[in-house]
Amino acid sequence: MLTSLLIVLPLLGALVIWVSPLPREATAALALLVAVAEVALWIVTLVGFDFTTPVLQDSAQREWFGDLGVTYHVGFYGFSLWLAGLTVLVGAAAIGFGAWVGRDRARAYFGLVLFLIGAVVGVFASQDLLLFYVFFEAMLIPIYVLVGVWGGPNRSSATITFVIYTMAGSLLMLASIVVFGLKQGTFSLIDAGTSSNDWVFLGFLIAFAVKAPLLPFHGWLRTAYTEAPPEIAALLSGVVSKAAVYGLIWIVLRHFPIPVDHWRTVVLVLAAVGLVYGSLLAFRQPDVRGVIAYSSMGQMSLIVLGIFAANDLGLDGAILHSVSHGLVSAAMFLLAAMLIERTGTDRFADLGGMARGRPALATIVMVVGMLTLAVPGSANFAGEFAILAGVFAQGWGYAAVGAAAIVLAAMYTLRLISGILHRTRGDAVRAESLDLRFVELALVVPLVAILLALSVWPSAITERSFPIGPPTSATPETAE
Amino acid sequence: MIAASIATPIVDWLALSPALALLAAAALCLLGAVLVPVSVRRAFSAAVAGTGFAAAGILAAVVFGRSPEQQLLIAESLTRDRLAALTQILVAGFGVLAVLISWGDRRRDHVGEYYALLAAAGGGMIFFVSAGNLLTLFLGLEWFSIALYILVALDTHRNASLEAGLKYLIVGSFGSAVLLFGSALTYGATGELGFNAIREATGADDPLFVAGMAMIIAGLAFKASAAPFHMWTPDVYEGAPTPVTAFMSAATKAVALVVTLRVLVTAFPEQAEIWSIAVAVIAVASLVVGNLAALAQTNVKRLLAYSSVSQAGFMLIAIAADNDLGGKALLYYLIPYGAASAGAFAVVAARERELGREVTLATLEGWGWERPFYGAAMWVFMLAFAGFPLTGGMIGKFYVFSAAYEAGWWWLIVIGVVATAVSVYYYLAVVRSLYMRPASARADLVVAGGSPAPDPALELAIGAAVVVTVGSFFFVQPLIDLAGKAVLSLPF
Repeated sequence: MLTSLLIVLPLLGALVIWVSPLPREATAALALLVAVAEVALWIVTLVGFDFTTPVLQDSAQREWFGDLGVTYHVGFYGFSLWLAGLTVLVGAAAIGFGAWVGRDRARAYFGLVLFLIGAVVGVFASQDLLLFYVFFEAMLIPIYVLVGVWGGPNRSSATITFVIYTMAGSLLMLASIVVFGLKQGTFSLIDAGTSSNDWVFLGFLIAFAVKAPLLPFHGWLRTAYTEAPPEIAALLSGVVSKAAVYGLIWIVLRHFPIPVDHWRTVVLVLAAVGLVYGSLLAFRQPDVRGVIAYSSMGQMSLIVLGIFAANDLGLDGAILHSVSHGLVSAAMFLLAAMLIERTGTDRFADLGGMARGRPALATIVMVVGMLTLAVPGSANFAGEFAILAGVFAQGWGYAAVGAAAIVLAAMYTLRLISGILHRTRGDAVRAESLDLRFVELALVVPLVAILLALSVWPSAITERSFPIGPPTSATPETAE
Repeated sequence: MIAASIATPIVDWLALSPALALLAAAALCLLGAVLVPVSVRRAFSAAVAGTGFAAAGILAAVVFGRSPEQQLLIAESLTRDRLAALTQILVAGFGVLAVLISWGDRRRDHVGEYYALLAAAGGGMIFFVSAGNLLTLFLGLEWFSIALYILVALDTHRNASLEAGLKYLIVGSFGSAVLLFGSALTYGATGELGFNAIREATGADDPLFVAGMAMIIAGLAFKASAAPFHMWTPDVYEGAPTPVTAFMSAATKAVALVVTLRVLVTAFPEQAEIWSIAVAVIAVASLVVGNLAALAQTNVKRLLAYSSVSQAGFMLIAIAADNDLGGKALLYYLIPYGAASAGAFAVVAARERELGREVTLATLEGWGWERPFYGAAMWVFMLAFAGFPLTGGMIGKFYVFSAAYEAGWWWLIVIGVVATAVSVYYYLAVVRSLYMRPASARADLVVAGGSPAPDPALELAIGAAVVVTVGSFFFVQPLIDLAGKAVLSLPF
C-alpha cells in the first residue's frame, strides 16, 4: 500500500498540476509540497521497514492482464528502498531549485518533474518485468520534454541522441522481456526462474548499459547532461542512471547466472576501461558540467564493477556508492546551476577566485568536492573501497585499475575545485556575484548532511541492503 | 403457385441490423438533402448519421452478447459471430468519432450527401466483416469502397481532393479486380465460395488455388494499405477531407485486417505455411517502407499516412503468427491504434481549420503551447503509435511480439523492434514541432479570421480518443477478454 502510494502520489500531483489553472507561484508551491510529502512518505516506509528479512515488503499486487501472467506488483527490498529514497530526496531538491529559479511554463514543468519522480520510484519498486518496462520507458517521456523545452541551445540534438540511444536499448529489452517471460510462463520477477540464453541476457544488459552508461554506449551522455536544465541533469545522473543499477542487480544477476558468468570478463573489462576513460575525460573538460558528466560515467562504471563482482562486498558497495554518488552528483549539478546563475557560465576559463568573500559557496564546493574524490572517511570512500575489495575476488587487476581511477578522481575534482574557487578571479566573476543565499543552501545542505551522516555510518546502508547475501540466482521466495 | 415452391432463406434480422441501421441513416440523410431546409440540414444530417453509427454499435453489441457460437446465415453467405460483432462495434465507434470530427467542417454544399456517404461506408464495412463467402466479401468491399471514393473527392473545389479521389478509384478498383480474380481462381480450383466450404474442399494442392489465395491476400492488402500495395495511401490521406481520412485510417484498416485474418484462417488453414510467410513478408515490407518514407515527410497528413502503413505492418505480424494469441493481438491493437489514428487526424483537422491551409511540421511550430489540449492529445497519440507506456499502443506491440514469439518468428520481433526504434524519430518530430520550437512569429501562421470558434464536437472526439488510447493501457484484461471471445469464432 505504502509503495503504491509512493508511486501514485507524484503522478497524481502531476495530473492535478496539469489540469488546474494555478498561477506560477502556487504551482511551484504545490509541486514542492508534493515532493516533500513524498519524502515524508518514504521516511514512514523506512521507519516501518524490516531490514532483516529478504522478503518483499509493503507490497501490493493486482492482476493486470492474466492471460500472459502480467501483474501490477510493487514492493521494496532493502537495497531498492535506498534507491527510492535517493530518488525522492534528489527529486525534492530539483523541484525546490526549479521553484527558486522560477522556471517558465510552470504547470508543464513541475508536472513533468513530478511525473519523472513517480516513474523512477516505480522502476525501483517493480516486481513484474512488464511493469518494470512501463516505468523504465515512462521515465523517458518527461526527460525528453524537460530537456527539449527547458534545455540549453543544443537541446534539440541532445534530446534526439538521448532518445535514440535509450529507445534502441529499451526496445531490445522489450524483445528480451517477451522471450524471457513467455518462456518462463510468468513475467513476475519473484516467480520467474533463471535463463541461460545469452541473447536474452544481452538484450537486458545493453538496455542497462545505455542507461548507466557503460563504455561503448555513452555517446548521449555529454550533450544530455550539459544541455539539460541543471536540476534535471541532477536527476538524470543522480537518479535515473540508478535504474540501470536496479535492473542489473535484480534482473540480470538474479535471472541470468550462467550468461553472467560467460560475460563477466567482458563487462568487467568494459567497466574498468570506462572508469579510467571517463575519469581522464573528466580531467580534460573545459566546463563544470562536463567534469560532472564524465565523472558520473566513471562512477557508474565503478558501480557496475561492484555489481558484476557479484559478491557481498561488491554489491553492498555498489548500493552505498549508488546512493552517495547520486547525492554528490545531484549536489554538484545544483552547485553548477548556482554558479551559472551568478556568472552566466560554467567554463573554467571564465571562472576562478570565487572563494574570496563567498565563504558558504567555498565551503560547500569544497565539502562536495572532497566527497566526490572519495577522501578516506567519506561515504564515497567506503563505497569505493567495498567495491574494489569485492571485485578483487574476480581478479586483482580490476581492483588495481579501480584504485588508480581513485587517483584520477582526485585529479579532476581538485582541478574542478581550484578552477572555481582559487586562481585569479575569472572574467565572468563580478564583485556582485554574491555568496550562496539561504534558499540555495537549504537545497544543497540537506544532501551534503546526509552524505556526511552516511560517511559516519556507512553500514546504515551496507548492512541493510541484502540480508541474505547477494542475489546471484533467483530462488523462489516465500510470500509474506 | 411457383413462388411457394421456392424456399426463401430465413433472414436473421438481428445479425443484419447494424448494417441496416446505417443504411437507414444514409437514406434519411439523402432525403434530408432534399427535404430539410438548408439552415438545419447540417445539424439534421450529422445527428442522423451519428445516431445511425451509435445504433449500429449498440446493435452489434447485442449481437456480440447473443452469439456465443458462430452461425452462418442466408445460404452461408454471411457470418454471425463475435469476431464480426466486435469489429462492427469498433467501426461504429470510429464512425461516431468521424461524425464528431466532421461537424466543425464549414461545408456549404453536399452536406446531406456527405453524411449519407459516411453512414453508407460504415454500413458497407459492417457488412464486409460479416462476409461468409467470397461473393459477399467482394460485395462488401465494393460497397464501402465506392462510398469512400466519392467521400475522398467530395471537396470538389480542391484539386488535391479530386486527384486523391481519382487515384483512390483507379488503384482501389485495381485492388478489387485482383481480389475478384483471386476469388474466381479459388472458385475454379475448389468449386466452392463459402470460407468453410473452401477449407473442406479438395483440390487444395492445385496451383490455381494457391494463386487465387495470393491474389485475395493482395486485394485485401490494398485496402489495409500494406506495402507494396500502399502507393495510394499518402496521396489519398493527404487529399481527402481530413475527417474522411480519420475514418478511413481507423475503420478501413480495421475491417481489411480482420477480414484478412478471417479469410486466411478459415478458408486456407492447409496453406498456412505459405500464407504466413507471405503475410510476414508483407508485414516487413510495410514496416520498412512505412517507416523510412515517414522519416522524410513534412506534411503531417502524409506523415501519418506512412505511419499507418507501418502500423499495418505491426498488425500483419499478428496475422502472420497464425495463432490464437495473434488474433487477440490484432483485435486489441486495433482499439488504441484506431483511436489514436482518428484522434491524430482530428487534431490535424483542428489546426487546418484555424489556418485554412495544409498542416506541416512547420505550421505546427509552438502550437502545443497555444492550444494545450490539442497539443497534449497529439502527444498522447504519438506516444501510442510509438508504443510508449501509459498508452494501449505499448500493450498492443507487446501482444504482437508475444504472438510472433509463440509462432517461433523471433526475427519478426527483431524487425518490429528496429522499426519501432526508427519510428520514434518521426513521431517525436511532431512533438518537437508542437513544443520545442518557439511559437512562430511568421505572419502566415496567424489564425485565419481571428480567434477560431470553439468546436466542442471536435474536442469531444479528441477527448474520447485520448480516453480510449490511455484507458486501453489500464484496462487490458477486459479488452483482451472481449478479443479472446471474438477469436473463438476462428478455427485455430
